[in-house]
Amino acid sequence: MNGSVLVVELALGVVAAAAGGLCPEGMRLRLAAGLTIAACAVAAAAAAVVLGTGHGVAVHSAGILPLTGASLDLAPPSSVFVATTAVVAIAACVYWPGYARHDLSSRTVSAVIPAFVTSMLVVVEAGDAVTFLVAWELMAASSLVLVLAEQQRREQTRSAAQWYAVMTSAGAGAIVLAMVLVCAHVGTVSFDAIAAVAARPGDAGRLPGGTRDVVLVLALLGFGSKAGMVPVHVWLPKAHPEAPSPASALMSGAMVNLGIYGLVLVADRLVGGAPSWWWTAVVAFGAVSALYGALQASAASDLKRLLAYSTTDNMGLVLVAVGLSGLLATAHEQAVAILALVAALLLVVNHAAFKGCLFLSVGSIQVATGTRDLDSLGGLARRMPVTALLFGVGALSVAAVPPLNGFVGEWLLFESLLHALEASGAVVGVVVTVAVAALALTGGLSATAFVKAIGIGLLGRPRSTGAATAHEVSRSMQIGAGLLAVACVVLGMAPMLVVPSLERAAASLVGGGRPQVLSGGVDIAVAGMEGVLAPLWIAVGLALLGAGTVAARSVVRQRRPASRAADAWACGRELQTARMQYTATSFAEPLERVFDDVLRPDHDLAVSHTAESRYFVDRVVYHSAVADVVERVLYRPAIEAVRWWGSRARMLQNGSVHRYLSYALVALLVVLVVLA
Amino acid sequence: MTELAHFGGATLVVAVQLVVVVAGGLLLLGVMRKTRSRLEGRVGPPVRQPLLDVVKLMSKQRVRPSSASQVFVAGPVVLVATALFVAGTGPLVTSDPPLSKSTDFFAVVFILLLGSVALALAALDTGTPFAGMGASRAMTIGALTEPALLVAVLALSVPAHTSNLPALVREGLSDPQVIASPGRILALCAFVVVIIAETGRLPVDNPSTHLELTMIHEAMVLEYSGPDLALVTVGESTRLALLLGLLVNLFVPWGIASGRGAVELAFGSAALAAKVGAAAIAIATFEVFTAKLRLFRLPELLAGAFVLGLLGVVTALVVR
Repeated sequence: MNGSVLVVELALGVVAAAAGGLCPEGMRLRLAAGLTIAACAVAAAAAAVVLGTGHGVAVHSAGILPLTGASLDLAPPSSVFVATTAVVAIAACVYWPGYARHDLSSRTVSAVIPAFVTSMLVVVEAGDAVTFLVAWELMAASSLVLVLAEQQRREQTRSAAQWYAVMTSAGAGAIVLAMVLVCAHVGTVSFDAIAAVAARPGDAGRLPGGTRDVVLVLALLGFGSKAGMVPVHVWLPKAHPEAPSPASALMSGAMVNLGIYGLVLVADRLVGGAPSWWWTAVVAFGAVSALYGALQASAASDLKRLLAYSTTDNMGLVLVAVGLSGLLATAHEQAVAILALVAALLLVVNHAAFKGCLFLSVGSIQVATGTRDLDSLGGLARRMPVTALLFGVGALSVAAVPPLNGFVGEWLLFESLLHALEASGAVVGVVVTVAVAALALTGGLSATAFVKAIGIGLLGRPRSTGAATAHEVSRSMQIGAGLLAVACVVLGMAPMLVVPSLERAAASLVGGGRPQVLSGGVDIAVAGMEGVLAPLWIAVGLALLGAGTVAARSVVRQRRPASRAADAWACGRELQTARMQYTATSFAEPLERVFDDVLRPDHDLAVSHTAESRYFVDRVVYHSAVADVVERVLYRPAIEAVRWWGSRARMLQNGSVHRYLSYALVALLVVLVVLA
Repeated sequence: MTELAHFGGATLVVAVQLVVVVAGGLLLLGVMRKTRSRLEGRVGPPVRQPLLDVVKLMSKQRVRPSSASQVFVAGPVVLVATALFVAGTGPLVTSDPPLSKSTDFFAVVFILLLGSVALALAALDTGTPFAGMGASRAMTIGALTEPALLVAVLALSVPAHTSNLPALVREGLSDPQVIASPGRILALCAFVVVIIAETGRLPVDNPSTHLELTMIHEAMVLEYSGPDLALVTVGESTRLALLLGLLVNLFVPWGIASGRGAVELAFGSAALAAKVGAAAIAIATFEVFTAKLRLFRLPELLAGAFVLGLLGVVTALVVR
């Protein structure tokens, strides 16, 4: 295999975008989706070969971009991200035509989805800074268009898109600056050349300490924002819910991962290893993100908002693992560093699978019921069993219960923490202990959040006519989400299918060290530790015992009257209605109270009395909402300040030509004085 | 031939552990009720009453709410299956159970979480207000006990260099000093609180209440009847027995069988029954003198357990 495979993939992507933009209404969607799937299949196959053989492929073309040309380079670490992106994109593109029948078949969207997917692939494959930045900007712009795709349906979409535009441009600005600083110092834009200089022994050619620190901080802000890191996550819970579901799946399953990729790229390759304070900051921000995301997710009652906050939570876990790995590598614990990085990559892959599946099935729910508000869903397990099953698989994966993939990722993360605790000195010990506390808290909270999502959204009685009259969605939508649900199950039972490849990628990044995650057939073992995890045996054992229990339950069936269905007893309450059920808000209320200080929910109770007497209540209006505290505390004051300055600056412009001429005169005088 | 003998031995161990834990769990409920009754000056039901109840329930008609789906039916099955899985493969009667290499403590935590999640989902599936209330409260408490449990597991695993459960028990057997180490004692305290919360005992939940507004666990299973209720009872009592069994074997490992011979297993079962029985009587005695905590005071208790577990991790790091 040589570099031409990357050219084929890129060409397919470009043709897909062109087909989406130019072909007539009837065929453009299927054509664009089909060509995008083909591009992704090529990319995934190339990534699989690279991961299998350990040899990368590269291609350079001087013609595509001016001055520097463009180069693509597929190495083992980036292959993990390429494969993940490609699989999520295939599922989203299988899903898309079915979803588009309800909307979203416009020329723009048909052209932009292939462009978005291709630009994400190119970001990871980029072999030089210019290609990387061009693809990054294209990715940001195309995803912004997708966020806006349904803007005529909902008012808040525009505001979400504004937030996203500002945050993503600011992030891109930080990244451009970081890359420019690095490239200007080394004098080349090629990542390989920069990495070679940075890895040179001694201080020759290295970035000076101050510049390096600036680069690292900029990278943390820019890439961290893309990965949904608190406090630069604010765009995520706004943009993910407002984007159409296939786009949300792509953003949450694939795009946020690129933030992680960027952090590792800058820290490990471009500056040749970050200092321990920076890695500690990564762990700290990751831990805060995980906790904050999990808390907000357990309080959310908008299904897609819940998923978006859960993305912040999961990316926080990844950041913790990545930061831990870097910290251990700086402490020369290469072996454990590799283990932590394998855990991080496995979390990324798992997250892509279950979050992609969840966003796609929520899209189906939204199409079928017309709402994504948990408080007006319910009873969908009976109305649309396939979608409910797919959503359930995804949600239980996030809740980290066996035998699904989230469980394996969490297990490996805890094992790497355990290893890190043993290997550590004082600094690492403290950092790891704090990380452990945050992770432990996160686990229980996300289980609660997803029990709420399943239990309120899919089970019980329908809470609205939309939910009561829902119908199962089209086959292609089921298959799209189903692909990723199957991935969740397979990765949960046989993680050793991917773990050796992840380990090869991690080892090539960290360098040195023995293999840490050992394969014993279907088991996972960690080097230097007694015991293994046997996810397949857990699944088989649970299935056997479950079957045995069912058999035992029906043993005495002969003597027993046949089972029957009746009205629920509910302590003798007759005439129950769906409105008496617990809602997402009431389900989350105890946790909201416990974490009052962090969530700061707004409660608003207005009681109006009848005109005749104030002793008789006419109506009671209760309103409760949990806003994003970070947004309120950090961003609102900044926005207010900018507004204030804006209104002040308006005084400079009163429309009088004379005044503008005098401004020009003053400016000219100032320039002359300064130059003289 | 040796393969066959090995397989036979493993099956015997699983069978013995399952029988001991399942039957023992039901008797344990009886023992705890009897202890409470006696201390409160009542005669109380016979110790074997829960066993009789389950047998009776098995022959009753199944009635399920018409608003519920298959999740309602599957909930108790998953609860029982997860409890049986841990009861069969955990180091309870013997420290060398089958698949002992893969009985990981973190995995056990997540497997038991699957059981809790299944029951909460089944409760929400009924679409009744009480079940929703129970599920909400149970998940809230679960969300706060889970971290305490995980850090306590980590506190045990750090000095032992493994999170393998049988290895942790064997370590206590071969080196009793480990058990008295400060990290392990702190973890013990966290464990006790976690087990009380997980199994719904006082002061977290009152297993004998049916007062509508104070129920947690009982509210979740209100709609179950007949064989399904029997399964819920078996699942809960098995969880209680196996959690107490793991607790006593981690902190008082003596008496546990080290092999898979029939005689060893018999002695191991007797030792397990004695130790768990003593622990259960202690808990029941404690319950007599305790009132149920208000729901919103519980986070303080559970946060305390969490901090103890975290201190255990730190201590295990410092003292080694």
